[in-house]
Parts: sequence; C-alpha cells; structure tokens
Amino acid sequence: MTDTNNFDKNRLVNWFKLSSPSTFYPVAGKLIPFFWVLTAIFGLAGLWVSFFVAPVDAVQGQGYRIIFIHVPASWMSMFIYLVMAAWAGLGLIFNTRLSAMMAQALAPIGAWMAFLSLWTGAFWGKPMWGAWWVWDARLTSELILLFLYLGFIALQASIDNPRRADKAGAILALVGVVNVPIIYFSVKWWNTLHQGASVSLTKAPAMAQTMLLGMLLMALCFWMYTIAVGLMRVRAIILEREAHTDWVRQLDEVKV
Amino acid sequence: MWNSPAEFFAMGGYALYVWCSFGVCLAVLLFEPLSICARNKAIIRRLKQEQLAEQFDKEGSQ
Amino acid sequence: MSVLLAMIRRDLLLVMRRKSEVLTALFFFVVVTSLFPLGIGADTALLRKIAPGVIWVAALLSTLLGLQRMFAADYADGALEQIALSPQPMVLLVAGKMIAHWMVCGLPLVILAPIIGIQFDLDTSSLYILMGTLLLGTPVLSLLGSIGAALTLGVRGGSVLMSLLVLPLYIPVLIFGAGAVYANSVGLDTSGHFSLLGALLILALAFVPWVTAAAVKIAIE
Repeated sequence: MTDTNNFDKNRLVNWFKLSSPSTFYPVAGKLIPFFWVLTAIFGLAGLWVSFFVAPVDAVQGQGYRIIFIHVPASWMSMFIYLVMAAWAGLGLIFNTRLSAMMAQALAPIGAWMAFLSLWTGAFWGKPMWGAWWVWDARLTSELILLFLYLGFIALQASIDNPRRADKAGAILALVGVVNVPIIYFSVKWWNTLHQGASVSLTKAPAMAQTMLLGMLLMALCFWMYTIAVGLMRVRAIILEREAHTDWVRQLDEVKV
Repeated sequence: MWNSPAEFFAMGGYALYVWCSFGVCLAVLLFEPLSICARNKAIIRRLKQEQLAEQFDKEGSQ
Repeated sequence: MSVLLAMIRRDLLLVMRRKSEVLTALFFFVVVTSLFPLGIGADTALLRKIAPGVIWVAALLSTLLGLQRMFAADYADGALEQIALSPQPMVLLVAGKMIAHWMVCGLPLVILAPIIGIQFDLDTSSLYILMGTLLLGTPVLSLLGSIGAALTLGVRGGSVLMSLLVLPLYIPVLIFGAGAVYANSVGLDTSGHFSLLGALLILALAFVPWVTAAAVKIAIE
C-alpha cells in the first residue's frame, strides 16, 4: 500500500483518500480553527452592519433588526438540509462511512437553525403582526422542515447498527429532499386559499443595500459556523464509531 | 446612529423582542460547540480508561 | 404481473385470517371522527366547516395504524427475508404488499367516509368530492407510509417513530384532499386539487416502490 498521506506532494487532492476517517480526522482538526476565525470575522462585520449601519425601517422601527438573524437562519436551515441529504446520498452510493457521519454531524445544527428561524420569526411577528405564531407559508414550511430534521435524528438514534442507521437515514433524507419543494408549494397554496393576501413575514418591499449586506454577512457567519461545528461534531462521531481501531488508539489525546 | 447606549438597548421600544431573539440565537450558537466539546472529552476519557484496563489485564496475566 | 397478484393474494389471505387487526383500524377511524363533535359541540355549521380536515386527519391516523402490519409480521417470522431472497423482482413484491395494504386499509375508508360525512352534515356534492379525494389520496398514503414502515422495521419504539417520519410527508396530500372538499363546500372549482392529487399519486407510484424495496433490503441486512 503506497503512502496515503501525500497531500503536500499532490496539488489535486484525491477526494477518495479523504474519505477514510483516519485521514480525515487530523485534516478536520486543522481546519476547525480556521473556520472559527472566519465565523468571528463575518459575525462581527454582520453585527456591526445590523446594528450600526443599517438604517431604521420606516414601517417597522428598530424591531426589524431581527431580520438579520431570522433570514440567515432560514436560509441555513434549508441549505444544511440539502447538504446533509447530499452527503447521505453520497454515503449510500459510494458506501463510504465518512459521508454518512458527515450527514449525521450536520443534522443537529440544521435542526437548531430551523428552531432559531421559528423562534426569531415568532419574536418578529409578535410586535409586527400582533401574534406569536401565524400560519404563514414560510413559517409553516420551516416547522415541517424542523419535523423532518427531528425525524432524521430520531431514526438514526433508534437504530442500533450504525451502518443500517446510516443507510436508513440516507433514504429518509433523500425522500425528504424530494418532498420539501412539494410541501413548500402545497403549504404556500394552502396559505393563500385560507388566509387571502396577507403580508408575508419575509417580503420587504424595497431592501436597502445595507440591509441586504447585513443579511449576507450574517448568513456567511452562520455558514462558517456550521462548517466549524460540523467538523467538530464529525470528529467526535469518528472517535465514537472507530473507537476500536488502531489509529484511534495511537492518537495523542487517547494514548495512555 | 445611536445617541446613547440606553437608546441602543431600548431598541426603539422593541427591546424585548430584539434582545430575546439575538440572545437565544447566541445561547444556541454557544451551546452547540460546548456540548460537542463535552462529548469529545467523554469519549476520550472512555477510550483512555479502556486502554488502561487492557494494560492492567495484560500485566495481570503475565 | 402474476408475481404482483400472487403477493396481493397472499397478503389478503393473511388479513382474512386475522380480520380483527384491520377492523380495529377502521373502527379507530369511526371513533376518532365521532370524538370531534363530542369535543367541539353539535353546531352543524361548525361541523360542516371542520369536516374535511377532521375526516382527512382521521384517515391519515388510521392509515398509520394499519401500516405497522405491512412488513412487521413478515419481518418477525423471517418471511420477509425469504421474499427478499426470491428471484422475483423485489419492487413487484413490495408493490404487491402496498396494493394489498391499500385494499384493506384505504379502500374501506373511501366507503366509510360518506357515512361519516353525513354525521358532519356535508352536502351530497361534498360527499362525492370527499370520496374522490380519498380514492386518489389513500393510495399515496399507503405508498408513502410503506417507506416509514420499511425504515423502522424491528426498531425499538418503531411505530411512534414511523408516525413522526411519515406524517410530514403526508401533509401535501392532506392539504389538497381536505382543501378540495372545503373548496367545493364554498362553491370553488376543485379540478386543480384533483389534478394535483393525481400528480402526487403518479409521482408516488413511479418512485416509492423502488425506495421502499431499497429500505426493506437495508432493514434485512
């Protein structure tokens, strides 16, 4: 078996080499601080723009600033679901354990993002529309997305055999990905039928450039955060699942 | 933009909503990495204990 | 084709030997729909308004109850492994199971629904629409539910988990099915709802048997 750790020699990384948990573990470890730094940079810039650059909204006053975490959280919750399903699908097709572990690592963050989207949505809706919860199409779809995340996590938690849990979760994630547009469309349609033309929580008539910039920066911050936390969690998962392999026993932190 | 820190914290009357939102967001975003660190420590402690137990067994059987 | 029919015949035969399992699910449907007027009050106008939603949700729940049966008994006594090992295409065998399930759990709902609808004081055209949407929708429910049933085979707490997995997938069917009956009761056109329900059925028929077959294979491994 030839030397597998020749990243410095090869410019083009052979992705399949990375798919072994033993090679990925140290790589992930080196990448994590880098992503935390990016999270901090984007976060500080985003918060600066949200609070000190973006002007007061004519209609909603200062309360609209919640948009700077509500919209990025919604975007991330949907994006993470896609990425999670993609990793799970790759794991199913190529039978790689690490892809499935990656999907497993991303699920909780996605669920938290969906929760934050709902929470901030409620806190935005209360002062603006007078109710903690409205059956708005976006919020309702977000709620269903949270259910899909929770179902994925619950399924993986309840199957003892890890490989079976990976594959079952992958099928569930892929079925979910196909269903999310269908669910979104049907909920949107249902919303217009039963509520008529109501103001959508996320429709802002003319977004000031600064508002868009703020949302973009916060979205990037959440994205870097997701990668950082995802890599951290996947390292924990690797340790747990590969506990009895030689390379884990030889790790500095584990060696006695 | 803000004439005083007091005005900043009052958020034009929306203080409860804005700060609850940002606060819970911060809490969740901090909770996640902390829980993962705890999980990591737990698994590493368990692996160390297993190795110690094996060594003990080996020495004991010699 | 004969494989399909053989599988359907086998499942129906098994059901006939244990009629109580199926009848309890149908009885559940009747009981649940009767609970709502008891809980809300007998105001006919209100009942007419909530009828589509209530009947459809009760149909969802009773389909979920019946889904346990699809694979669990065969998995428990090893018959499912034999089915998977047989030279017949797994997809056809699984599809046969789904059709048998629908005939036993979905079709009776379609027949019972008008009776429940009368309890809720729905007018005749709405009753027809209700039957039509259930006729198109319950096969989709059986199909989508089979994915959940296959994924949670032999898992501890599998039935509750299956409900959590499958109910979000049922939401579009619920929306269009109940929506059609509601639209008809206020005089709107329902052709859009039926086209969408039909589209969902075709999509489900085209993809779900393969997904469920893969899920069953994963569960058996």
